Amino acid sequence: MTKLVTRRRVLRGTLGGAAVAVTLPFLECFLDGHGEALASGAPVPTRFGTWFWGLGMNRKIFLPKKIGANFDLQEELESLRPIQQHVNLFTNFRVLTDGRPNLCHTTGWIALRCGTAPSNRNDLASPSVDVLISDAIGGGTRFRSLELSATGNVRDSYSFRSADAINPPVTSATKLYERVFGPEFQDPNSPNFTPDPKIMLQKSVLSGVKEQRDAIVKTLGTADRQRVDQYFTAIRELEGRLELQLQKPAMAEACTLPQAPPKEDGEGEFANVVADRHRAMTDLLVLALACNQTRVFNMIYSASFANTSRVGYSNTHHLVTHEEIEDPKLGYQVLNSWYIRRAMESWSYFVGALAAHKEGAGSLLDRTLVYAHSDTEYAKVHSIDGIPMMTAGSANGRIKTGLHIDGQGDPATRLGYTLQHVMGLQPSSWGTGSMNTNKEIGEILV
Amino acid sequence: MNKKLLYSGLGAAVVLAAAGGALWLLGRNSEPPVKGGPPTARLISSEQYAHAISYVFGPDVKLPGSFPPVQRTNGLVALGTAQAEVTTSAAELYVQSARSIAAQATDPTRRDFLMNCAPAQPPQDACARNVLTRYGRLLFRRPLTDAELNEALGKVQETTRVSGDFYQGLASGLTSFLISPEFLFFIERTEPDPKSPHHVRLNPSSMATRLSLLLWDAPPDEDLLDAAEKGELYTKHGLERQVDRMLASTKLEQGVRSFLIDMLVFEKFDSMTKDPVIYPAFTDKVAVDSREQTLRTLVDHLVVRDLDYRDIFTTRRTFMTGDLGMVYRVPVDRPDIWTPYEFPADSGRAGVLTQVSFLALYSHPGRSSPTQRGRAMREVFLCQVVPTPPPDVDFSKFEAAATTATTARERLTAHRKNPACAGCHKIMDPIGLALEKFDGSGTGRQRENGLPIDTSGDLDNVAFTDAVGLGKAMHDDPAATKCLVSRVFDYARGYKASSGDNAWLTDLNAKFAKSGYRLPALLRDIATSRAFYAVSATAVSAPGVDRAPAAPPLRTASIQ
Repeated sequence: MTKLVTRRRVLRGTLGGAAVAVTLPFLECFLDGHGEALASGAPVPTRFGTWFWGLGMNRKIFLPKKIGANFDLQEELESLRPIQQHVNLFTNFRVLTDGRPNLCHTTGWIALRCGTAPSNRNDLASPSVDVLISDAIGGGTRFRSLELSATGNVRDSYSFRSADAINPPVTSATKLYERVFGPEFQDPNSPNFTPDPKIMLQKSVLSGVKEQRDAIVKTLGTADRQRVDQYFTAIRELEGRLELQLQKPAMAEACTLPQAPPKEDGEGEFANVVADRHRAMTDLLVLALACNQTRVFNMIYSASFANTSRVGYSNTHHLVTHEEIEDPKLGYQVLNSWYIRRAMESWSYFVGALAAHKEGAGSLLDRTLVYAHSDTEYAKVHSIDGIPMMTAGSANGRIKTGLHIDGQGDPATRLGYTLQHVMGLQPSSWGTGSMNTNKEIGEILV
Repeated sequence: MNKKLLYSGLGAAVVLAAAGGALWLLGRNSEPPVKGGPPTARLISSEQYAHAISYVFGPDVKLPGSFPPVQRTNGLVALGTAQAEVTTSAAELYVQSARSIAAQATDPTRRDFLMNCAPAQPPQDACARNVLTRYGRLLFRRPLTDAELNEALGKVQETTRVSGDFYQGLASGLTSFLISPEFLFFIERTEPDPKSPHHVRLNPSSMATRLSLLLWDAPPDEDLLDAAEKGELYTKHGLERQVDRMLASTKLEQGVRSFLIDMLVFEKFDSMTKDPVIYPAFTDKVAVDSREQTLRTLVDHLVVRDLDYRDIFTTRRTFMTGDLGMVYRVPVDRPDIWTPYEFPADSGRAGVLTQVSFLALYSHPGRSSPTQRGRAMREVFLCQVVPTPPPDVDFSKFEAAATTATTARERLTAHRKNPACAGCHKIMDPIGLALEKFDGSGTGRQRENGLPIDTSGDLDNVAFTDAVGLGKAMHDDPAATKCLVSRVFDYARGYKASSGDNAWLTDLNAKFAKSGYRLPALLRDIATSRAFYAVSATAVSAPGVDRAPAAPPLRTASIQ
């Protein structure tokens, strides 16, 4: 009698000591002739991410004079030159608070992330835009999203489902490597695939916990029920991740395995340390994306109250924005600008790293959409009209790049709304009050 | 242990009460009424998790790391835990941690001691049942239900069958407990109050957990669970016996430490930076030691010596290490270990405000900040709320002064000429300037930019001339002790007190004064009170949802 070979039997067989190798055909089978789409006709997935820097810019040396393509790069954006063709710059968009106070270094980023100006510092009215997008496209990879903070501070995160569910960031390259490329990583290009029976057992334990749900939540009030349910949702996601690990991962042509980063990541927020940390984490993120470990990411270069400091100078970047006198000849705060330039250098590195990594006929960046922004326009006075925003990448050819867009005073939510549509979401509008919009930024759409 | 036993324990309590031995349940006349809030479901903190694992599996079990931070709410992280949610990233850490702990607990070096299943022969179900019943009860803080036990046993059997290793099976069973919301959330549950048919009371497990979190920042130990399950916490005598046992335990220091870390906002150490060029003596080790110095000082003062809380602002007694000695610029006999140390009377230092932890934490990386220090004094020690700065401050006057002024006082005086700034800076700066003879690293100094430093000022019209005088003014400020009382009470219950608690808090403040402002006495008064365990009959939603500042913001008018 012929016995049926089920996955379970295969797994048990493995445990018996006889390794069972499940081989699958190589990558080219999955891609069409141009490497632009899966052979099934489905498009290659587009990745989405955010990049944040604190404390805005100095208009005089940041804002291009020219609108549209081939915009001029002023001093503070000079470092973007190698990547200018991949980037869009959005200026002159507004954050409208509808009478709510402008909470210093808080209102701006909250409004740009979730479309609603907050009434207090803990008021995160709806999930951040990356979470909305992650809910739509984050499945099917090990991590729904990866949060990274080059500040090294685990409290710096602008990715949230609510004020009580802020996604904690990974704060060093060492930790990022361990999380993504540690023992649980499965090389998608390994010719042999052996499902790990331990994973099946781990999954079974998670399933068991889920079964406690009904008994637990019936004893809880509404708010606590939501909270505990959120935990069960998280457990379900982890279970899904284990399920993925039991299957042969789809091959990833662009995936190469990184070296483990050196143990020492550097302490503190001195600009050189932050730049090193940002670079090391970016390099790993690029490979995490190329190896299909996640499709969504959030990177923080500096927080809104940026603590970035410069060796030998007594004030942090935040303090500098308030206390440094504008140079009478130059007409801007010189040290503040030094910090902004360092931020833009790191942004340039970030985009450049995605652009340099080949995937299919193009680069990883071609299949990515990054939304970058700050928390203020001019930090000295906390202005939130004209907060600089950028995008990088063409999202699989869905948006044009290399443009400078003048918002003409429109709500800044237009960009977040546009990005959601580009990423395949179909909200009828986004934002609340005066920040509500249903107008895409048509100039960048292909 | 099963439900039957639990219920028979409760039955015993009811019988006792009926016999007249627990009139306490009906209310002590001396205690003003409180409404009580809804039951809470606090998320376990990293510290509580560590304390639980250390107690259940032994202090040598290593934890892979800490969990994501919880939002500080209404002045305390402890109140944030009643609202915190678990993201997928956080859940991942809980799962990893659970697997690691379960693997360690069942590894060959510990299994015989912890499990005592050898040399039984397979299928070893009886032993697995014993192990799961024991550890399940400790981790869930109550006896397992039959369904829970069977579910965990199923995991043991499944893993044992597939892996061929009984201990891997046990590890799966333990992992399932460690990732259960029953362990990760302190879910409070109620039961009908037999003495008051229309009301509910916390069930024994929830009562024991509230108590244990307050005094030890840890889940209940077996003694407390035994007492709770027998219904003893519902009797005055039984409750007092447990409270006194717990107050006498060395774990009280651990509990008070956790409270102090929360009250003192010590998570700020995570993001503190000092410029190595400007403050070469201030190393990472100094940062760690300064935090520890303050905790040691306060635990020694408040718990070990059981002294007056107000004296934390004036005591010169502390502990020192060699690295700290470099910053304080004092000789240290044994630089390699913690040594008791007393600042000389003429050192200019007295009390917690003159310790490096406070001075450095509320400073910039390269210079002191009288404003930050003043604000912290108001918010941390007096429970007052300083409004946030307006967004559109005109800094021109301040900048003009900055080019010529050479001391912080002069710079800030210029700042206060701006009406938009003056209101709040009047609240913060005069007390902050009292500490100006300590630089941004906490090291003493007599001059700033060559000019003598004036440290005189007043705390709400109580004048002082220097930091020691400021400490005395804080010592005498009734807001300081009231602040502590309200913080401890909020910390104890996991939600912000409301106006309905005012009469009770007034009474508690009076008792605190009568005790000579002894923290253990305050903890005992709370832990043995009805108010601490009171739950409202009807409300079911989580309390304390409003995160707005609890105290009304200080208005300029009330200060002027």
